[in-house]
Amino acid sequence: MKKTLALLALLAAQAAFAQESKIALKDGPGRDKAMQCVACHSLDYIPMNSRFLDKAGWTASVNKMINVFGAQIAKEDVEPIANYLAQNYGKPPAK
Amino acid sequence: MTRSLKNTARRRLLAGAGALALFGSSPLRAFGAEIGSSAALGLAEIPDGALAEQLLYALPGKVPLIKKTFRPPNFETPVEYFRNPITPNKAFFVRWHLAAIPQVAAKDWALTVGGESAERELKLDLQELKTQFRPAQVTAVCQCSGNRRGLFEPHVAGVEWGVGAMGNAVWRGVRLKDVLQKAGVRGNALEVVLDGADRGPLDKTPDFVKSIPIEVALDDNTLIAFEMNGAPLPHWNGYPARLIVPGWTGTYWVKQLMSVKIVPTPEKNFWMSAAYRLPRGRFRTPTFKSQLYSPNEPITTMVVNSLVTSLRSGQRVPRGKPIEVRGIAWDGGSGVAKVEVSADYGASWTPAKLGKDRGRFSFREFALGVPASESGARVIMARATGNTGETQVEQLIHNPAGYHHNVIQRIYIEVV
Repeated sequence: MKKTLALLALLAAQAAFAQESKIALKDGPGRDKAMQCVACHSLDYIPMNSRFLDKAGWTASVNKMINVFGAQIAKEDVEPIANYLAQNYGKPPAK
Repeated sequence: MTRSLKNTARRRLLAGAGALALFGSSPLRAFGAEIGSSAALGLAEIPDGALAEQLLYALPGKVPLIKKTFRPPNFETPVEYFRNPITPNKAFFVRWHLAAIPQVAAKDWALTVGGESAERELKLDLQELKTQFRPAQVTAVCQCSGNRRGLFEPHVAGVEWGVGAMGNAVWRGVRLKDVLQKAGVRGNALEVVLDGADRGPLDKTPDFVKSIPIEVALDDNTLIAFEMNGAPLPHWNGYPARLIVPGWTGTYWVKQLMSVKIVPTPEKNFWMSAAYRLPRGRFRTPTFKSQLYSPNEPITTMVVNSLVTSLRSGQRVPRGKPIEVRGIAWDGGSGVAKVEVSADYGASWTPAKLGKDRGRFSFREFALGVPASESGARVIMARATGNTGETQVEQLIHNPAGYHHNVIQRIYIEVV
């Protein structure tokens, strides 16, 4: 956890523009795990892709980041991150 | 609602707007809310989250552009800049895949040319590149493969572009062919592999490397450009030199070009083998023959398209004056043959007047005055056809990565 925080601090410093740091993900369980995404890209990628992906869609996105782009996200974090994204940025349930 | 629309068209219109329940005394207000409601920044068809997240932001050296993402930077050109057939450098869209983008100084820059199918290796600094080869120039559209991805229905993941992930510029540099021939092209050459100075934030992130077929690399129009509209390339558009592949989608126009390799085998990194691919045979664009080793195929040239720049959905125009329908059209390099305009939801089409011909790779302006003698709703459409006979589609050709959106625009206006 300490390591993660140190990593996040380092990465926050990489934000290319001050405005990037104003992007806030919605509160909810799993948010801090989802914040790991900031290692490689600004967090606006997440709301930009909402709300049309279901949990399978978000899981596929997270796995692509790990398997293709080399994101340093622990395997056990995939499920909570996908849950968080599906809950907060996922396809709304059919009415 | 309006006497000028046929019933079938009207039903489609209502369904398309998704505003049936809202329809009552003021149809255009309903449309205004449903389509083009975020008129300052984009089209309401793009995902809600993308609309809410985007804002106007000026990168250093740029005018305010529509921010899609900050890092890597992806910024779209607002529609009003396309009223000029040449896109100003300061307004030209910005698209990067990977976040580590160095500021390259001209004095430190060099281009390496080599590869297994090259006779020898060259290393050229900017001055050598500019002085050892004949200058060449082309006016050409650079369009992101995923331009208009945000308009896909159903939506697909990616950068949710509106209509402005494109631009048209006068590119000046040298022919890639001349540079390759100086290195010597062996008979077994199959592809030319291009790498820029940008890279991923992690060592494991696949570097953005692209390849083009050798015959495209040897085409007279394929350039290594160091000037754009008479000025050095902006940093955000690939300073000090980038590849120009007229007709082909922007993914091949490698920025901050550092390395060119002539190779006898297909390049199979992620950006060639997995990204920028289309279901095979779904589009009539040319085939990248050496890259057909999987069920899909790489995107190649742009599909024919147009953009109306003088009108927005929800706009009210005065009765009694012709409605000025103006815009730009382009295709994958055959050149624009015609643009037709409809003011009755596609029931009838009238050829628009084409503007100056700046070459077959350029935007071509079009204009038509449509009579507006009666009040009421109108649906304005423009449809471009290329010299190949290819024309814009009525229905989206859906594909998983969201490329080649060239559906005929429908612009809902009201004559008052």
